[in-house]
Amino acid sequence: MSTTVVTAEDEEVPVIDPDHSHTNTGVSHVKLAMWAFLSSECMFFGAFISTYLIYRGRDTLRLADAGIVIEDVFDIPFTSATSFILLMSSLTMVLALAAIQRGDMRQLRIWIAATALFGLTFISGQVYEFTNFYREGIRLQTGLFGPTFYVMTGLHGAHVTVGIFWLLQLYYRSLQGKLGQEHSEAVEIAGLYWHFVDIVWIVIFTVIYLVPYN
Amino acid sequence: MTTADDAVSPAAVTSGLFARPTKTTGWKSWLTTIDHKKIAILYGSTALVFFVIAGLEALLIRWQLMGPDGTVMSAKVYNQMFTMHGTTMVFLVGMPMAVAFGNYFLPLMIGARDVAFPRINMLGYWIFLFGGIFMYSSFLWSSAPDGGWFGYAPLTSQPIALGALPGHGPDFWTVGLIFMGIGSVTSALNFIVTVLNMRAPGMTLLRMPVFVWMIFIIAFLTLFAMPPVTAALIQVYMDRNFGTNFFNSAQGADPLLYQHLFWLFGHPEVYILILPGMGIVSEILPVFSRKPLFGYRVVIFSGIAIGFVGWGVWAHHMYATGLGPAALTGFGVATMAIGVPTGVKIFNWLGTVWGGAVRLTTAMLFSLGFIAMFTLGGLSGVMHSIVPSNAQQTDTYFIVAHFHYVLFGGLIFAFFGGFYYWWPKMFGHMLGEKLGKINFWLMLIGFNLTFGPMHLVGLRGMPRRTYTYGKGYGWEALNQLESLGAVVIAVSVLLFVINIAVSAKKRVPAGNDPWDGRTLEWTITSPPPEHNFDVIPEVHDFDDFWHKKYTEDEDGRLVKLTVPEAPSKPHGHIHMPSPSYWPCVLALGLPIMGYGFVFKAWWILGVGVAVLMVGMTAWAIEPHTAEENH
Repeated sequence: MSTTVVTAEDEEVPVIDPDHSHTNTGVSHVKLAMWAFLSSECMFFGAFISTYLIYRGRDTLRLADAGIVIEDVFDIPFTSATSFILLMSSLTMVLALAAIQRGDMRQLRIWIAATALFGLTFISGQVYEFTNFYREGIRLQTGLFGPTFYVMTGLHGAHVTVGIFWLLQLYYRSLQGKLGQEHSEAVEIAGLYWHFVDIVWIVIFTVIYLVPYN
Repeated sequence: MTTADDAVSPAAVTSGLFARPTKTTGWKSWLTTIDHKKIAILYGSTALVFFVIAGLEALLIRWQLMGPDGTVMSAKVYNQMFTMHGTTMVFLVGMPMAVAFGNYFLPLMIGARDVAFPRINMLGYWIFLFGGIFMYSSFLWSSAPDGGWFGYAPLTSQPIALGALPGHGPDFWTVGLIFMGIGSVTSALNFIVTVLNMRAPGMTLLRMPVFVWMIFIIAFLTLFAMPPVTAALIQVYMDRNFGTNFFNSAQGADPLLYQHLFWLFGHPEVYILILPGMGIVSEILPVFSRKPLFGYRVVIFSGIAIGFVGWGVWAHHMYATGLGPAALTGFGVATMAIGVPTGVKIFNWLGTVWGGAVRLTTAMLFSLGFIAMFTLGGLSGVMHSIVPSNAQQTDTYFIVAHFHYVLFGGLIFAFFGGFYYWWPKMFGHMLGEKLGKINFWLMLIGFNLTFGPMHLVGLRGMPRRTYTYGKGYGWEALNQLESLGAVVIAVSVLLFVINIAVSAKKRVPAGNDPWDGRTLEWTITSPPPEHNFDVIPEVHDFDDFWHKKYTEDEDGRLVKLTVPEAPSKPHGHIHMPSPSYWPCVLALGLPIMGYGFVFKAWWILGVGVAVLMVGMTAWAIEPHTAEENH
């Protein structure tokens, strides 16, 4: 990021925000803040994942009375496929960063678009899954599985959606020519967020779909 | 400062709807400022207003409880009063006042020209202000929160139709707190990055003033403590408004989960409140004892230890819920253990004053009052940590006495000490010492009159949170005494306000260094220029400014040095980021969304989201002269 501004007299002077190259840690303000923010997000998702784990399986009998067997409602191959796509979006995110770092703006836009598209595919899969579950009789108010599942995965989906908008904004800036090689950190920071959201999904996917409900 | 304007290119002056604000004086500048000192004054004055409001609520409570079978208000209104008193004091006074002090002095004390994210700094203030107004607007619908500052589920989470808490009180409460949590996290991020990245040359972490350290620690606590409670609040909101079953035991849910999530936030929150107070006192005591802080590193590491152990004691708020002996033992031991670093600090403060050339200024009096009152509160805290003893005390006025001794006798005393100590720096004139001392003594007497007897009525079994009590339990006289004390506190706060006005009129100039201070903020003019330091200072020692002023001869006596005139001409222009409207617009979206959530009116929610998006987009495309952020 630019560490200097050009004044009317065309002389370069250091700006008040201590130039990123001169921060005490050597890490820019924004990147440091992003890491700190993600640590905060860990606690946020941690609370919902804990809630899910504590309540997991407590309502199996109640749901069975209503004719719902959670494991039968799951479509694990389908969810695995959309999860795989989300994980692949992390790969394209890395490729986007590599592209901007070597100054290849065409590749940057391709990989950013791919990442956003993969994210969008994942969200579409989630919408499909929610509809499916709803048709199977699992409502937001159904036992403990309903609220814990919908709220946790819904909030994760909201995070992915924010990420998609973020990527689109980067894409737009790049189209306008306002995202040059010197702005690679903007992509890196979006990437930090994106990877974090992916990692959270790995945990959520595991506790919901992979660990058996007895 | 005119240079900030020079750097704005013509293209940057207009962005979106509004012309770029450029004024740095006048009332409008306060709406758009991103100067950390002005933001701090906004934080502080707003928190003071909320302090007065919470005080009025407390006075109403004491009026109701002055005699048995009080008839001043109904049970429902009483519930609203104690809920709003607690919520206000914690979220609208304690936290923002710490942020106010931190905002003003943290950059000055580490030799920085601003915080890392000036516009996010302003955003945090607007979220706090709008969040507070949002929560208090609930009174317009006679729907003030009435579920306690802890808002225990399932009381707060029962669907409205079931009528446990009619009205929208809990909804205003949950939504308001979620938003204010966002605000707190933004200021925590700002402090963390500022401390890690923007220290002046030579200002190593272990040369930072204790106050900076304490703010640094609570920033981490805030960062990790707000999310669990946000999650719990979302769950309560969903239960109440959408019939989910997070805390519905009929569906097999465990309402205790709420208490765990809440106190996982709530206990670190206690330290978020008290550590800044400890930091302020650790600045004041050395200055007015003319001695360096005794055991600087021990104080720092004790603070860090409190920050860590503070995560392992939350269930001591839940002893009476039947957690089982293993959990109770563990949390009991951890709670006793956290008394150790706290006790260590008290001895450090005493060691600082011991043998010093003590000047009993108002700030010093408040700090000494802090030590004494906080120690008393700490001692009753150790009593609570013992599980069987706690079973007798829980939910009685003994608990109310305890936490007022640590939070009022501790935190509020420290804040007042901070006002008297730093007022000259902030406004360039002294706060009256004569009125100040009366202010202190009245507050000390009133405080002990109010909260001292609560120990006794608590031990005699008077329960918390009940709006009346019957005759003949032996509580009447003590309650009258408490109410009398509350009036004395009110008078002392009134004196403080009068003191502010009188001092502003008298304007006794403060000069740069009225107290013979030790830290960097005293090296510059009062009030400091917008860019703080003409030349970024170079730091060679802890208490650097002191060592520039004094040295010791062979016998260890202080010898005054002639302070070399600091070079006053900055090299070239100092560019400060330009003011901005957008933090205000962005933050305005939140309360609008809040009304949408509370009344489940989705079009209002939509308007709120739209305002938020406009603010965010305009913010993103607005060029700023300096820092780069999203």
